[in-house]
Amino acid sequence: MPVAEVRTPVHVEGEVVVTKRVGAHRHLTLTAPGVPERFRAGNFVAVSVPGHVARRALWIHRVRASSAFGPTLDVVLEPRGEGTSWLAAQPVGAKVAITGPLGRAFALPKDAVSCLLVGEGYAAAPLFPLAERLRERGCAVSLVVSATDESHLLSALEARRAVRSVTVVTADGSVGQRGQVADHVDDLLRRAGADVVYAAGPTDVLRACAAAAERAGAWSQVALESPTPCGTGLCHGCPLPVAGEDGVDRVVRACTEGPVIRGDRVRWDAL
Amino acid sequence: MVAAGCGGTGRELEPFSGPDGLAGLDFVTRSLTLDPRAGGAGPRLVEVPGGLVNAVGLPNPGLEHFLATELPWLVRAGARVLVSIAGATMGEYADLARRLSRAPGVAGLEVNVGAPDEVGAGLFEVREPYHAASVIAAVRREFPSDRPVLAKLRPDVSRIVEGARSCHEAGATAVVVGNAVPAAFPDGRAGGLSGPAVGPVALRCVAEVHRSLPAMPVIACGGVRDLASARTYLAAGATAVQVGTALLHDPTTVARLRADLAADPQEDA
Repeated sequence: MPVAEVRTPVHVEGEVVVTKRVGAHRHLTLTAPGVPERFRAGNFVAVSVPGHVARRALWIHRVRASSAFGPTLDVVLEPRGEGTSWLAAQPVGAKVAITGPLGRAFALPKDAVSCLLVGEGYAAAPLFPLAERLRERGCAVSLVVSATDESHLLSALEARRAVRSVTVVTADGSVGQRGQVADHVDDLLRRAGADVVYAAGPTDVLRACAAAAERAGAWSQVALESPTPCGTGLCHGCPLPVAGEDGVDRVVRACTEGPVIRGDRVRWDAL
Repeated sequence: MVAAGCGGTGRELEPFSGPDGLAGLDFVTRSLTLDPRAGGAGPRLVEVPGGLVNAVGLPNPGLEHFLATELPWLVRAGARVLVSIAGATMGEYADLARRLSRAPGVAGLEVNVGAPDEVGAGLFEVREPYHAASVIAAVRREFPSDRPVLAKLRPDVSRIVEGARSCHEAGATAVVVGNAVPAAFPDGRAGGLSGPAVGPVALRCVAEVHRSLPAMPVIACGGVRDLASARTYLAAGATAVQVGTALLHDPTTVARLRADLAADPQEDA
């Protein structure tokens, strides 16, 4: 059996090198020596906010192996609380303590299977680097991006070369199909002929995707968003109820045993 | 020292622990119980100014699983393993001590007799100093006298000296002064406050204990995050310090502190 590659996280001082507002989101490009090099799709970073003990977990939207600033990573913020608002306001040149890459990444299929990727809002971010990895493996990728409205939608423009089709769903119908992911996912899964469903976003979206995959006999992997006070597995503050392979219910850490986990393992009712 | 409940299983901390990893580091495990515990429902931690309020509920895999998997890993990593133990009865504490006394690689025990909400967590109730002391005596009877038994006490300034004295008399090698301070979540649920906010509270307790019992080793725990905060405790009479909540904010805290103390050696920490 091949020995798994060790990708231990690092704790470094990063720097904001690009900041731009896109709709309701703020996209930051950061240097964080060692983090982009270790990244796999589905990983996240934990960022310190001055005056706050707990850390903010951010999905990695993209990494560049080289740029004018060296290796960089992109994160997408939706300013909601004090922490995300502070981060969103950081100018180019601001220093930020970053820990990462953290968490279990998406598992990739060995064969060139058909994959449906479903993401909602800013949390769809980890699906974009995933789409590229799947494409490299010859997988047919269908991408669904959804949001409450157009301003909360992550642009699928750059992903177009990695995917076979893009479907847009907004709750208000401002762009693409109107409604919720749950209304469309069975149909999208059937049309894509997907063997694997990857989902990222709020819990209701993940649950709908996991259930649809189950109905269609497909695998699912979901990237859960839960508040992770430390992000590193030290505090046990992000309980995730799962059913183990042995059928025994357990509570694991969303940051360490997750955030990516098989959809059929999550005890959704206990979340 | 790594404080109980803030170092994960050790594996999660190792990547951030510098070139030596956990080698030579005093590592206090999260509190272990005889049987596995899933821990409480979320939210388990909430941020407040200067710290965190937690009610994690002592999730742990139980003694059996710990002995089979986590302990051997920690020993192999070179950590000096101090196992934190918690029980619902004195008998449970004694059982844990007896079985851990036979496990290879256990450097010592830290007896959790100062949880912020022990009744809510289903633990032995420590209302009076003699409650804690009787637990220590039960543990001490089962654990070899050449290895340390630490008593981790609640930082309650009105009772701490009495608690430290009775635990010491009951056989505790040292007392760990400081733990999460009894507090509440915004919704009123019981929890414990930790982090920089509790530093001055623990410091008062450490100073009082050291003044009254200068011969007893005191390990300080509460808000330690850098050389200055560690030195403050050492100056107040602590023989060592534990780092807890700071690791959640910056997992490299212990590695930095070890390096800083080694570069500026005055006392062991």
